[in-house]
Amino acid sequence: MTASIGKDEKPPFTIEQFYKYLEQKKLMAARCDRCGSMFLPPRPLCTDCFSKELSWVQLQTRGKLVTYTVIHVAPEQFQSMAPYAYGIIELENGVRLPGLIRGLEHEKLTVGIDLQVDFDEGVSPSWPHWTRYFFRPP
Amino acid sequence: MRGRPLVAVVSAGLSRFGKREGVSGRELFVEAALEAFERCPNLDPKRDIKGLFVGMMSECFEHQGHLAPVLSDWTGLLPAPAVRTEIACASSAAALRQGIFSILSGIYDVVMVGGLEKMTKRTTAETTEYLGMAADFPLEQWNGITFPGLFALMATAHMHEYGTTEEQMALIAVKNHYNGALNAKAHLQKQITLETALESRMIAEPLKLYDCSLISDGASCAILARPEIARKYAETPVYITGSGHGSDTLALHERESLTSLRAAKNAAKEAYTMAGIEPTDVNVAEVHDCFTIAELIAYEDLGFCKPGEGGMFIEEGIPRLDGRLPVNTSGGLKSKGHPVGATGTAQLYEVYLQLTGQAEKRQVADCEVGLTHNVGGSGASCLVHIYRRG
Repeated sequence: MTASIGKDEKPPFTIEQFYKYLEQKKLMAARCDRCGSMFLPPRPLCTDCFSKELSWVQLQTRGKLVTYTVIHVAPEQFQSMAPYAYGIIELENGVRLPGLIRGLEHEKLTVGIDLQVDFDEGVSPSWPHWTRYFFRPP
Repeated sequence: MRGRPLVAVVSAGLSRFGKREGVSGRELFVEAALEAFERCPNLDPKRDIKGLFVGMMSECFEHQGHLAPVLSDWTGLLPAPAVRTEIACASSAAALRQGIFSILSGIYDVVMVGGLEKMTKRTTAETTEYLGMAADFPLEQWNGITFPGLFALMATAHMHEYGTTEEQMALIAVKNHYNGALNAKAHLQKQITLETALESRMIAEPLKLYDCSLISDGASCAILARPEIARKYAETPVYITGSGHGSDTLALHERESLTSLRAAKNAAKEAYTMAGIEPTDVNVAEVHDCFTIAELIAYEDLGFCKPGEGGMFIEEGIPRLDGRLPVNTSGGLKSKGHPVGATGTAQLYEVYLQLTGQAEKRQVADCEVGLTHNVGGSGASCLVHIYRRG
Protein backbone atom coordinates (compact mmCIF):
# COMPACT_ATOMS: atom_id res chain seq x y z
CA MET A 1 0.00 0.00 0.00
CA THR A 2 0.98 3.65 -0.55
CA ALA A 3 4.55 2.73 -1.42
CA SER A 4 5.11 6.25 -2.69
CA ILE A 5 5.03 8.02 0.67
CA GLY A 6 8.35 8.57 2.36
CA LYS A 7 9.50 7.29 5.74
CA ASP A 8 8.64 10.49 7.54
CA GLU A 9 5.19 10.65 6.01
CA LYS A 10 3.95 7.32 7.35
CA PRO A 11 0.50 7.52 8.88
CA PRO A 12 0.82 7.50 12.69
CA PHE A 13 0.78 4.16 14.49
CA THR A 14 -2.36 4.91 16.47
CA ILE A 15 -5.68 3.24 17.24
CA GLU A 16 -7.35 6.12 15.42
CA GLN A 17 -5.39 5.34 12.25
CA PHE A 18 -6.19 1.61 12.59
CA TYR A 19 -9.90 2.51 12.51
CA LYS A 20 -9.40 4.97 9.63
CA TYR A 21 -8.01 2.07 7.61
CA LEU A 22 -10.98 -0.08 8.64
CA GLU A 23 -13.26 2.61 7.27
CA GLN A 24 -11.45 2.03 3.95
CA LYS A 25 -12.12 -1.73 4.45
CA LYS A 26 -8.44 -2.41 5.10
CA LEU A 27 -7.29 -4.54 8.02
CA MET A 28 -3.87 -3.12 8.88
CA ALA A 29 -1.27 -4.06 11.48
CA ALA A 30 2.03 -2.46 12.45
CA ARG A 31 5.20 -4.42 11.71
CA CYS A 32 8.61 -3.63 13.17
CA ASP A 33 11.14 -3.00 10.40
CA ARG A 34 13.97 -4.22 12.62
CA CYS A 35 12.71 -7.41 14.31
CA GLY A 36 9.56 -8.18 12.33
CA SER A 37 7.18 -8.29 15.32
CA MET A 38 3.55 -7.60 14.39
CA PHE A 39 1.19 -5.49 16.47
CA LEU A 40 -2.57 -5.46 16.29
CA PRO A 41 -3.65 -2.97 17.53
CA PRO A 42 -0.59 -0.90 16.54
CA ARG A 43 1.70 0.78 19.06
CA PRO A 44 3.97 3.79 18.42
CA LEU A 45 6.94 1.68 19.50
CA CYS A 46 8.04 -1.91 18.89
CA THR A 47 7.58 -3.27 22.39
CA ASP A 48 9.86 -6.22 21.62
CA CYS A 49 13.02 -4.40 20.43
CA PHE A 50 12.18 -0.71 21.12
CA SER A 51 12.60 0.26 17.47
CA LYS A 52 10.56 3.22 16.27
CA GLU A 53 10.97 2.10 12.66
CA LEU A 54 7.58 0.56 11.91
CA SER A 55 5.51 -0.05 8.78
CA TRP A 56 1.82 -0.52 8.17
CA VAL A 57 1.06 -3.86 6.53
CA GLN A 58 -2.29 -4.94 5.14
CA LEU A 59 -3.44 -8.33 6.42
CA GLN A 60 -5.33 -11.04 4.60
CA THR A 61 -8.86 -11.07 5.96
CA ARG A 62 -9.19 -14.86 6.16
CA GLY A 63 -8.53 -16.53 9.51
CA LYS A 64 -9.20 -19.56 11.68
CA LEU A 65 -11.33 -19.50 14.81
CA VAL A 66 -9.14 -20.06 17.88
CA THR A 67 -11.81 -19.80 20.59
CA TYR A 68 -15.38 -18.55 20.89
CA THR A 69 -18.37 -17.92 23.13
CA VAL A 70 -22.02 -17.03 22.71
CA ILE A 71 -22.90 -14.02 24.83
CA HIS A 72 -26.40 -14.11 26.32
CA VAL A 73 -26.07 -11.30 28.87
CA ALA A 74 -24.82 -8.31 26.89
CA PRO A 75 -23.81 -4.71 27.52
CA GLU A 76 -26.69 -2.28 26.98
CA GLN A 77 -25.75 -1.18 23.46
CA PHE A 78 -25.49 -4.82 22.30
CA GLN A 79 -28.59 -6.18 24.05
CA SER A 80 -30.76 -6.15 20.94
CA MET A 81 -28.32 -8.54 19.26
CA ALA A 82 -28.06 -11.08 22.12
CA PRO A 83 -27.42 -13.96 22.05
CA TYR A 84 -24.48 -13.30 19.75
CA ALA A 85 -21.30 -15.20 18.94
CA TYR A 86 -17.90 -13.71 19.67
CA GLY A 87 -14.50 -15.20 19.00
CA ILE A 88 -10.80 -14.73 18.42
CA ILE A 89 -9.46 -15.57 14.96
CA GLU A 90 -5.87 -16.19 13.94
CA LEU A 91 -4.76 -14.51 10.72
CA GLU A 92 -1.55 -14.96 8.76
CA ASN A 93 1.72 -14.54 10.69
CA GLY A 94 -0.06 -15.67 13.83
CA VAL A 95 -1.73 -12.27 14.32
CA ARG A 96 -4.97 -12.60 16.29
CA LEU A 97 -8.09 -10.46 16.27
CA PRO A 98 -11.19 -10.57 18.49
CA GLY A 99 -14.66 -9.75 17.25
CA LEU A 100 -18.33 -10.53 16.72
CA ILE A 101 -19.27 -13.46 14.51
CA ARG A 102 -22.32 -12.88 12.33
CA GLY A 103 -24.17 -15.07 9.84
CA LEU A 104 -23.25 -18.41 11.39
CA GLU A 105 -25.63 -20.70 13.28
CA HIS A 106 -24.30 -21.02 16.81
CA GLU A 107 -24.40 -24.83 16.60
CA LYS A 108 -21.78 -24.64 13.86
CA LEU A 109 -19.24 -22.81 16.02
CA THR A 110 -16.17 -24.95 16.51
CA VAL A 111 -12.47 -24.29 17.00
CA GLY A 112 -10.59 -24.31 13.70
CA ILE A 113 -13.31 -23.18 11.26
CA ASP A 114 -12.47 -20.58 8.62
CA LEU A 115 -13.88 -17.10 9.05
CA GLN A 116 -13.66 -13.94 7.00
CA VAL A 117 -13.22 -10.38 8.34
CA ASP A 118 -15.86 -8.03 6.94
CA PHE A 119 -16.65 -4.36 7.53
CA ASP A 120 -19.74 -2.25 8.16
CA GLU A 121 -20.28 0.86 6.05
CA GLY A 122 -19.37 4.22 7.64
CA VAL A 123 -18.57 5.00 11.23
CA SER A 124 -20.54 5.03 14.48
CA PRO A 125 -22.71 8.16 14.76
CA SER A 126 -21.45 8.90 18.27
CA TRP A 127 -18.04 8.73 19.95
CA PRO A 128 -15.59 7.23 19.07
CA HIS A 129 -16.77 7.49 15.43
CA TRP A 130 -15.19 4.20 14.41
CA THR A 131 -16.14 1.60 11.81
CA ARG A 132 -17.23 -1.80 13.03
CA TYR A 133 -15.68 -4.98 11.67
CA PHE A 134 -16.99 -8.49 12.21
CA PHE A 135 -16.35 -12.09 11.23
CA ARG A 136 -18.57 -14.18 8.91
CA PRO A 137 -18.34 -17.52 7.15
CA PRO A 138 -16.27 -17.12 3.94
CA MET B 1 15.52 -12.64 51.88
CA ARG B 2 14.11 -16.18 51.41
CA GLY B 3 11.44 -16.89 53.96
CA ARG B 4 12.12 -13.70 55.89
CA PRO B 5 8.93 -12.01 57.15
CA LEU B 6 8.31 -8.94 55.01
CA VAL B 7 5.60 -7.57 57.28
CA ALA B 8 3.28 -8.85 59.99
CA VAL B 9 -0.50 -8.85 59.69
CA VAL B 10 -1.49 -7.84 63.22
CA SER B 11 -5.21 -7.52 62.56
CA ALA B 12 -7.82 -7.72 59.82
CA GLY B 13 -11.45 -6.82 59.30
CA LEU B 14 -14.24 -7.64 56.89
CA SER B 15 -17.69 -6.14 56.45
CA ARG B 16 -20.60 -8.45 55.82
CA PHE B 17 -20.80 -9.02 52.04
CA GLY B 18 -24.04 -8.82 50.11
CA LYS B 19 -26.68 -6.38 48.99
CA ARG B 20 -26.21 -3.76 51.68
CA GLU B 21 -29.20 -1.44 51.37
CA GLY B 22 -28.72 2.12 52.57
CA VAL B 23 -25.00 1.79 53.28
CA SER B 24 -22.38 3.49 51.11
CA GLY B 25 -18.85 2.30 50.35
CA ARG B 26 -17.19 4.50 52.94
CA GLU B 27 -19.51 3.19 55.66
CA LEU B 28 -18.77 -0.40 54.66
CA PHE B 29 -15.09 0.42 55.01
CA VAL B 30 -15.68 1.74 58.54
CA GLU B 31 -17.41 -1.56 59.36
CA ALA B 32 -14.31 -3.50 58.26
CA ALA B 33 -11.93 -1.06 59.98
CA LEU B 34 -13.82 -1.24 63.30
CA GLU B 35 -13.47 -5.01 63.35
CA ALA B 36 -9.73 -4.68 62.72
CA PHE B 37 -9.40 -2.08 65.50
CA GLU B 38 -11.40 -4.19 67.97
CA ARG B 39 -9.28 -7.25 67.27
CA CYS B 40 -6.18 -5.24 68.16
CA PRO B 41 -6.69 -3.56 71.57
CA ASN B 42 -3.05 -2.47 71.89
CA LEU B 43 -3.36 -0.40 68.74
CA ASP B 44 -4.19 3.29 68.93
CA PRO B 45 -5.32 3.83 65.34
CA LYS B 46 -4.90 7.59 65.24
CA ARG B 47 -1.46 7.50 66.82
CA ASP B 48 -0.03 4.32 65.32
CA ILE B 49 -1.35 4.02 61.77
CA LYS B 50 0.78 6.24 59.57
CA GLY B 51 -0.63 5.54 56.13
CA LEU B 52 -3.63 4.03 54.34
CA PHE B 53 -3.53 2.17 51.03
CA VAL B 54 -6.92 1.29 49.64
CA GLY B 55 -8.14 -0.46 46.50
CA MET B 56 -11.32 0.41 44.64
CA MET B 57 -12.01 -0.34 41.02
CA SER B 58 -14.50 2.25 39.82
CA GLU B 59 -15.62 5.71 40.84
CA CYS B 60 -18.66 5.20 38.58
CA PHE B 61 -20.63 3.10 41.08
CA GLU B 62 -21.01 5.90 43.62
CA HIS B 63 -19.91 8.82 41.47
CA GLN B 64 -17.10 9.39 43.93
CA GLY B 65 -13.52 9.88 42.90
CA HIS B 66 -10.69 10.80 45.27
CA LEU B 67 -12.04 8.43 47.89
CA ALA B 68 -8.81 7.54 49.71
CA PRO B 69 -8.62 10.61 52.01
CA VAL B 70 -12.34 10.19 52.75
CA LEU B 71 -11.58 6.72 54.11
CA SER B 72 -8.72 8.08 56.23
CA ASP B 73 -11.24 10.64 57.55
CA TRP B 74 -14.15 8.24 58.14
CA THR B 75 -11.97 5.71 59.98
CA GLY B 76 -10.46 8.35 62.26
CA LEU B 77 -6.96 8.09 60.80
CA LEU B 78 -6.65 11.68 59.60
CA PRO B 79 -4.18 13.28 59.15
CA ALA B 80 -2.67 9.96 58.00
CA PRO B 81 -2.16 10.14 54.22
CA ALA B 82 -4.12 7.81 51.99
CA VAL B 83 -3.88 6.71 48.39
CA ARG B 84 -6.06 4.55 46.17
CA THR B 85 -4.67 1.78 43.98
CA GLU B 86 -6.52 0.52 40.91
CA ILE B 87 -5.92 -2.57 38.82
CA ALA B 88 -9.54 -3.69 38.39
CA CYS B 89 -10.48 -6.66 40.60
CA ALA B 90 -6.94 -6.89 41.99
CA SER B 91 -7.02 -3.33 43.36
CA SER B 92 -6.78 -4.23 47.04
CA ALA B 93 -4.03 -6.84 46.62
CA ALA B 94 -2.18 -3.98 44.92
CA ALA B 95 -2.91 -1.82 47.99
CA LEU B 96 -1.56 -4.62 50.19
CA ARG B 97 1.66 -4.73 48.18
CA GLN B 98 2.06 -0.96 48.40
CA GLY B 99 1.59 -1.24 52.16
CA ILE B 100 4.30 -3.90 52.30
CA PHE B 101 6.63 -1.67 50.27
CA SER B 102 5.96 1.29 52.56
CA ILE B 103 7.07 -0.72 55.60
CA LEU B 104 10.02 -2.37 53.86
CA SER B 105 11.22 1.06 52.75
CA GLY B 106 11.54 2.02 56.40
CA ILE B 107 9.19 4.97 56.05
CA TYR B 108 6.33 3.52 58.12
CA ASP B 109 6.08 1.05 61.00
CA VAL B 110 2.32 0.48 60.91
CA VAL B 111 -0.13 1.00 58.03
CA MET B 112 -3.66 0.01 57.09
CA VAL B 113 -4.46 -1.58 53.73
CA GLY B 114 -7.83 -2.52 52.35
CA GLY B 115 -10.43 -2.19 49.66
CA LEU B 116 -14.10 -1.74 48.94
CA GLU B 117 -16.77 -1.62 46.27
CA LYS B 118 -20.41 -0.57 46.52
CA MET B 119 -21.98 -2.18 43.47
CA THR B 120 -25.57 -3.22 44.03
CA LYS B 121 -27.31 0.16 43.83
CA ARG B 122 -26.74 0.18 40.06
CA THR B 123 -28.71 -1.68 37.40
CA THR B 124 -27.21 -4.84 35.93
CA ALA B 125 -26.60 -2.96 32.66
CA GLU B 126 -24.72 -0.17 34.46
CA THR B 127 -22.68 -2.65 36.49
CA THR B 128 -21.84 -4.62 33.34
CA GLU B 129 -20.70 -1.40 31.69
CA TYR B 130 -18.55 -0.22 34.61
CA LEU B 131 -16.88 -3.60 35.08
CA GLY B 132 -16.44 -3.89 31.33
CA MET B 133 -14.27 -0.78 31.38
CA ALA B 134 -11.47 -2.99 32.70
CA ALA B 135 -11.39 -4.79 29.34
CA ASP B 136 -9.50 -3.33 26.38
CA PHE B 137 -11.61 -0.59 24.81
CA PRO B 138 -10.37 -0.40 21.19
CA LEU B 139 -10.91 -4.06 20.30
CA GLU B 140 -12.75 -5.83 23.13
CA GLN B 141 -15.35 -3.44 24.56
CA TRP B 142 -16.00 -1.93 21.15
CA ASN B 143 -16.97 -5.34 19.82
CA GLY B 144 -19.39 -6.22 22.61
CA ILE B 145 -17.31 -8.46 24.85
CA THR B 146 -18.27 -8.86 28.51
CA PHE B 147 -16.25 -10.16 31.45
CA PRO B 148 -18.08 -13.48 31.51
CA GLY B 149 -17.42 -13.51 27.75
CA LEU B 150 -13.65 -13.12 28.18
CA PHE B 151 -13.49 -15.97 30.69
CA ALA B 152 -15.80 -18.01 28.44
CA LEU B 153 -13.20 -17.64 25.66
CA MET B 154 -10.62 -19.11 28.05
CA ALA B 155 -13.02 -21.88 29.07
CA THR B 156 -13.69 -22.88 25.44
CA ALA B 157 -9.93 -22.93 24.78
CA HIS B 158 -9.26 -24.99 27.93
CA MET B 159 -12.00 -27.48 27.04
CA HIS B 160 -10.67 -27.77 23.50
CA GLU B 161 -7.03 -28.17 24.51
CA TYR B 162 -7.36 -30.37 27.58
CA GLY B 163 -10.86 -31.89 27.52
CA THR B 164 -11.98 -29.95 30.59
CA THR B 165 -15.74 -30.32 31.12
CA GLU B 166 -18.64 -28.14 32.20
CA GLU B 167 -19.24 -30.64 35.05
CA GLN B 168 -15.72 -30.07 36.38
CA MET B 169 -16.28 -26.30 36.39
CA ALA B 170 -19.65 -26.79 38.10
CA LEU B 171 -17.95 -28.86 40.84
CA ILE B 172 -15.97 -25.74 41.75
CA ALA B 173 -19.23 -23.80 42.17
CA VAL B 174 -20.67 -26.59 44.36
CA LYS B 175 -17.52 -26.64 46.51
CA ASN B 176 -17.43 -22.87 46.99
CA HIS B 177 -21.12 -22.67 47.86
CA TYR B 178 -20.62 -25.46 50.41
CA ASN B 179 -17.90 -23.37 52.07
CA GLY B 180 -19.83 -20.11 51.76
CA ALA B 181 -22.79 -21.66 53.55
CA LEU B 182 -20.48 -21.93 56.58
CA ASN B 183 -19.47 -18.27 56.42
CA ALA B 184 -21.76 -15.85 58.26
CA LYS B 185 -20.38 -12.91 56.26
CA ALA B 186 -20.91 -14.50 52.83
CA HIS B 187 -23.34 -12.96 50.34
CA LEU B 188 -25.06 -16.20 49.28
CA GLN B 189 -24.97 -18.65 52.19
CA LYS B 190 -26.53 -21.63 50.52
CA GLN B 191 -25.40 -24.97 49.24
CA ILE B 192 -26.15 -25.90 45.65
CA THR B 193 -26.24 -29.19 43.78
CA LEU B 194 -24.32 -30.07 40.64
CA GLU B 195 -27.64 -30.12 38.76
CA THR B 196 -28.54 -26.60 39.94
CA ALA B 197 -25.21 -25.33 38.63
CA LEU B 198 -25.41 -27.18 35.31
CA GLU B 199 -29.02 -26.24 34.66
CA SER B 200 -28.70 -22.55 35.51
CA ARG B 201 -29.26 -20.03 32.74
CA MET B 202 -26.58 -19.32 30.19
CA ILE B 203 -24.52 -16.12 30.60
CA ALA B 204 -21.69 -16.58 28.08
CA GLU B 205 -21.34 -20.10 26.72
CA PRO B 206 -20.11 -22.36 28.26
CA LEU B 207 -20.41 -20.28 31.46
CA LYS B 208 -23.75 -20.36 33.23
CA LEU B 209 -25.10 -18.29 36.10
CA TYR B 210 -23.51 -20.56 38.72
CA ASP B 211 -20.13 -20.33 37.01
CA CYS B 212 -20.13 -16.59 37.75
CA SER B 213 -19.27 -14.75 40.95
CA LEU B 214 -21.67 -12.35 42.62
CA ILE B 215 -22.13 -8.61 42.34
CA SER B 216 -21.84 -7.52 45.96
CA ASP B 217 -21.20 -4.66 48.32
CA GLY B 218 -18.36 -5.04 50.78
CA ALA B 219 -15.12 -3.84 52.29
CA SER B 220 -12.05 -5.44 53.81
CA CYS B 221 -8.88 -4.30 55.53
CA ALA B 222 -5.77 -5.39 57.38
CA ILE B 223 -3.26 -3.72 59.66
CA LEU B 224 0.36 -4.34 58.77
CA ALA B 225 3.32 -3.78 61.07
CA ARG B 226 7.07 -4.08 60.83
CA PRO B 227 7.81 -7.68 61.95
CA GLU B 228 10.11 -6.55 64.78
CA ILE B 229 7.27 -4.72 66.56
CA ALA B 230 4.43 -7.12 65.67
CA ARG B 231 4.22 -8.72 69.13
CA LYS B 232 3.36 -5.33 70.56
CA TYR B 233 0.03 -5.59 68.75
CA ALA B 234 -0.71 -9.29 68.33
CA GLU B 235 0.04 -12.47 70.29
CA THR B 236 -0.21 -14.50 67.10
CA PRO B 237 0.76 -12.35 64.14
CA VAL B 238 0.64 -13.76 60.66
CA TYR B 239 3.74 -13.03 58.62
CA ILE B 240 3.71 -12.24 54.92
CA THR B 241 6.80 -13.94 53.52
CA GLY B 242 6.20 -13.64 49.78
CA SER B 243 4.68 -11.02 47.49
CA GLY B 244 4.50 -11.40 43.72
CA HIS B 245 2.93 -9.27 41.02
CA GLY B 246 2.61 -9.91 37.29
CA SER B 247 1.23 -7.91 34.37
CA ASP B 248 0.27 -8.86 30.84
CA THR B 249 -1.48 -7.38 27.78
CA LEU B 250 -4.94 -6.03 28.55
CA ALA B 251 -6.47 -7.62 25.46
CA LEU B 252 -6.81 -11.39 25.59
CA HIS B 253 -6.00 -11.99 21.92
CA GLU B 254 -2.45 -10.67 22.35
CA ARG B 255 -1.50 -13.10 25.14
CA GLU B 256 0.81 -16.04 24.57
CA SER B 257 -1.79 -18.43 26.01
CA LEU B 258 -5.58 -18.58 26.30
CA THR B 259 -5.49 -21.38 28.87
CA SER B 260 -3.12 -19.89 31.44
CA LEU B 261 -2.38 -16.45 32.86
CA ARG B 262 1.24 -15.41 32.47
CA ALA B 263 0.70 -12.65 35.05
CA ALA B 264 -0.40 -15.29 37.58
CA LYS B 265 2.48 -17.63 36.85
CA ASN B 266 5.01 -14.81 37.18
CA ALA B 267 3.40 -13.52 40.38
CA ALA B 268 3.40 -17.04 41.84
CA LYS B 269 7.03 -17.63 40.91
CA GLU B 270 8.10 -14.35 42.52
CA ALA B 271 6.11 -15.03 45.69
CA TYR B 272 7.21 -18.67 46.08
CA THR B 273 10.87 -17.74 45.56
CA MET B 274 10.67 -14.88 48.06
CA ALA B 275 8.99 -17.12 50.64
CA GLY B 276 11.38 -20.00 49.93
CA ILE B 277 8.54 -22.50 49.55
CA GLU B 278 7.06 -24.84 46.95
CA PRO B 279 3.39 -25.14 45.95
CA THR B 280 3.23 -28.40 47.95
CA ASP B 281 3.99 -26.43 51.14
CA VAL B 282 0.71 -24.49 50.91
CA ASN B 283 -1.97 -25.62 53.40
CA VAL B 284 -4.82 -23.27 52.50
CA ALA B 285 -5.44 -20.91 49.57
CA GLU B 286 -7.89 -18.22 48.55
CA VAL B 287 -7.88 -17.91 44.75
CA HIS B 288 -9.66 -15.59 42.35
CA ASP B 289 -12.78 -17.51 41.29
CA CYS B 290 -14.51 -14.65 39.49
CA PHE B 291 -15.62 -17.51 37.24
CA THR B 292 -15.25 -21.23 37.88
CA ILE B 293 -12.81 -21.55 34.97
CA ALA B 294 -10.62 -18.90 36.63
CA GLU B 295 -10.26 -21.08 39.74
CA LEU B 296 -9.53 -24.14 37.60
CA ILE B 297 -6.79 -22.26 35.74
CA ALA B 298 -5.48 -20.92 39.08
CA TYR B 299 -4.82 -24.50 40.29
CA GLU B 300 -2.53 -24.89 37.28
CA ASP B 301 -0.91 -21.44 37.32
CA LEU B 302 -0.10 -21.75 41.04
CA GLY B 303 1.51 -25.16 40.51
CA PHE B 304 -1.04 -27.06 42.61
CA CYS B 305 -1.32 -29.38 39.60
CA LYS B 306 0.13 -29.59 36.09
CA PRO B 307 -1.22 -27.56 33.15
CA GLY B 308 -4.40 -29.21 31.87
CA GLU B 309 -5.02 -31.16 35.09
CA GLY B 310 -7.20 -28.58 36.85
CA GLY B 311 -10.33 -30.55 36.00
CA MET B 312 -8.97 -33.73 37.60
CA PHE B 313 -7.75 -31.72 40.62
CA ILE B 314 -11.33 -30.70 41.47
CA GLU B 315 -12.80 -34.09 40.53
CA GLU B 316 -10.46 -35.76 43.01
CA GLY B 317 -11.69 -33.40 45.73
CA ILE B 318 -8.23 -32.06 46.60
CA PRO B 319 -9.37 -28.41 46.98
CA ARG B 320 -12.45 -29.29 49.07
CA LEU B 321 -12.63 -28.28 52.73
CA ASP B 322 -11.83 -31.90 53.66
CA GLY B 323 -9.23 -32.29 50.91
CA ARG B 324 -5.45 -32.13 50.95
CA LEU B 325 -5.33 -28.45 49.90
CA PRO B 326 -8.54 -26.57 50.71
CA VAL B 327 -9.14 -23.70 48.27
CA ASN B 328 -11.57 -20.83 48.89
CA THR B 329 -12.66 -21.92 52.35
CA SER B 330 -14.43 -18.54 52.64
CA GLY B 331 -16.78 -19.47 49.80
CA GLY B 332 -14.67 -17.49 47.36
CA LEU B 333 -15.92 -14.78 45.07
CA LYS B 334 -18.57 -17.28 43.98
CA SER B 335 -20.44 -17.55 47.27
CA LYS B 336 -18.89 -15.03 49.66
CA GLY B 337 -19.29 -12.38 46.97
CA HIS B 338 -17.11 -10.16 44.81
CA PRO B 339 -17.20 -6.45 45.67
CA VAL B 340 -14.29 -6.13 43.29
CA GLY B 341 -12.09 -3.60 45.08
CA ALA B 342 -12.54 -5.43 48.39
CA THR B 343 -11.65 -8.90 47.15
CA GLY B 344 -7.85 -8.92 47.48
CA THR B 345 -7.74 -8.03 51.15
CA ALA B 346 -10.89 -10.11 51.81
CA GLN B 347 -8.82 -13.10 50.67
CA LEU B 348 -6.11 -12.02 53.13
CA TYR B 349 -8.80 -11.84 55.87
CA GLU B 350 -9.77 -15.51 55.33
CA VAL B 351 -6.15 -16.68 55.35
CA TYR B 352 -5.57 -14.59 58.51
CA LEU B 353 -8.53 -16.35 60.19
CA GLN B 354 -7.29 -19.78 59.08
CA LEU B 355 -3.71 -19.25 60.23
CA THR B 356 -4.82 -17.86 63.60
CA GLY B 357 -7.37 -20.65 64.18
CA GLN B 358 -10.42 -18.39 64.01
CA ALA B 359 -12.17 -19.80 60.93
CA GLU B 360 -14.81 -21.61 63.02
CA LYS B 361 -16.80 -24.19 61.03
CA ARG B 362 -14.45 -23.84 58.07
CA GLN B 363 -11.23 -24.16 60.06
CA VAL B 364 -8.56 -26.22 58.32
CA ALA B 365 -6.56 -28.28 60.82
CA ASP B 366 -2.83 -27.68 61.23
CA CYS B 367 -2.44 -24.93 58.69
CA GLU B 368 0.79 -23.02 58.76
CA VAL B 369 1.19 -21.66 55.23
CA GLY B 370 -1.49 -19.77 53.31
CA LEU B 371 -1.68 -18.21 49.86
CA THR B 372 -3.85 -15.58 48.15
CA HIS B 373 -4.22 -15.15 44.38
CA ASN B 374 -6.03 -12.02 43.16
CA VAL B 375 -6.59 -11.41 39.44
CA GLY B 376 -7.34 -8.07 37.79
CA GLY B 377 -9.70 -8.06 34.80
CA SER B 378 -9.19 -10.97 32.45
CA GLY B 379 -5.66 -11.46 33.74
CA ALA B 380 -3.59 -8.42 32.77
CA SER B 381 -2.84 -8.17 36.48
CA CYS B 382 -2.29 -10.76 39.18
CA LEU B 383 -0.89 -10.69 42.69
CA VAL B 384 0.09 -13.66 44.81
CA HIS B 385 0.91 -13.40 48.51
CA ILE B 386 2.22 -16.04 50.88
CA TYR B 387 1.55 -16.07 54.62
CA ARG B 388 3.04 -18.00 57.52
CA ARG B 389 1.67 -18.51 61.01
CA GLY B 390 3.75 -16.59 63.54
